[in-house]
Amino acid sequence: MKLRTGLLWAGVILLTVLPLCLVNAPPGSEGLFGGSDDRAQQAIGAIAPHYAPWFAPVFVPASGEIASLLFALQAAIGAGVIGYWLGLSVARERARAQGQTHDPAQQDHRAD
Amino acid sequence: MHIMEGFLPPAHALGWAAVSLPVLAWGLRAMGRTLAAHPERRMLLGVAAAFAFLLSALKLPSVTGSCSHPTGVGLGALLFGPAAMVPVGFVVLLFQALLLAHGGLTTLGANVFSMAIVGPFVSYGVFRAAAALGLSRTVAVFLAACLGDLATYVTTSAQLALAFPDAVGGFTTSFFKFGGIFALTQLPIAVSEGLLTVLVVNAMARFNAHELRALPVMAPRGREGA
Repeated sequence: MKLRTGLLWAGVILLTVLPLCLVNAPPGSEGLFGGSDDRAQQAIGAIAPHYAPWFAPVFVPASGEIASLLFALQAAIGAGVIGYWLGLSVARERARAQGQTHDPAQQDHRAD
Repeated sequence: MHIMEGFLPPAHALGWAAVSLPVLAWGLRAMGRTLAAHPERRMLLGVAAAFAFLLSALKLPSVTGSCSHPTGVGLGALLFGPAAMVPVGFVVLLFQALLLAHGGLTTLGANVFSMAIVGPFVSYGVFRAAAALGLSRTVAVFLAACLGDLATYVTTSAQLALAFPDAVGGFTTSFFKFGGIFALTQLPIAVSEGLLTVLVVNAMARFNAHELRALPVMAPRGREGA
């Protein structure tokens, strides 16, 4: 089980790092590793050059730094909840294991 | 997969909103009913929602030289059914539309449809099909999360192709063009999402075996993966 977990993590890391190493020739004039959303926006520009967006975002992060702050916040909320659950689960499992090593008769006595 | 604010013509924006809204209402009711009947599932539902929050914030590099993010909604879909993940996906997309200028309010209906409806439903369907075929739980979870993620991006490509058909080739040419941007980029990322979902389900199987067994979808079958 441990080995398999390690292999799964290795797979995720490799899938993330390998593109960074393997892709080096820029396919367009744009820089590498921009968002695919932006690329779709360019494709819309190529297909329908006269299309003008008819609505603007209600709030735009003031800079790339602010945007990454908010993205990090979103990830932190998610990771925080998962971390809480994992910590609780490990502690619960440990408490259960400890409970089993105690003398059951003694525990019954305490419950009274 | 976020269609940018204002980048769908008003008729398309309204149409997708009209499709997504009733499903969202249904999802909210389904989620409320599940929690009322099984309050002990709150924790795992919270983990599934947190997983979607975390994964959809991570923009990962891909082989096409651009970045995209996993959706994370497959996990909750195969645990609690696809309806429960519609409101979760909606909250994630609303957060990004309001605070990050990522996606938008006018495109929210279309984005909810691809990420919070098609993704979870495909994940759920694939999981059930894989289970019916007798595949192990690990393989079923991987396929469900991976293909659900991919389906979201194929849907986005189709939505954009519908709104912006190519002057010469029409819908099909546009679909392949947007598919080349979204679906191709998504391939390795979808595999990553599949692997990460397997990791979380394995952890749940270890720590929450009791709750997991009580979920209709995860009920022990004849052939259970280790």
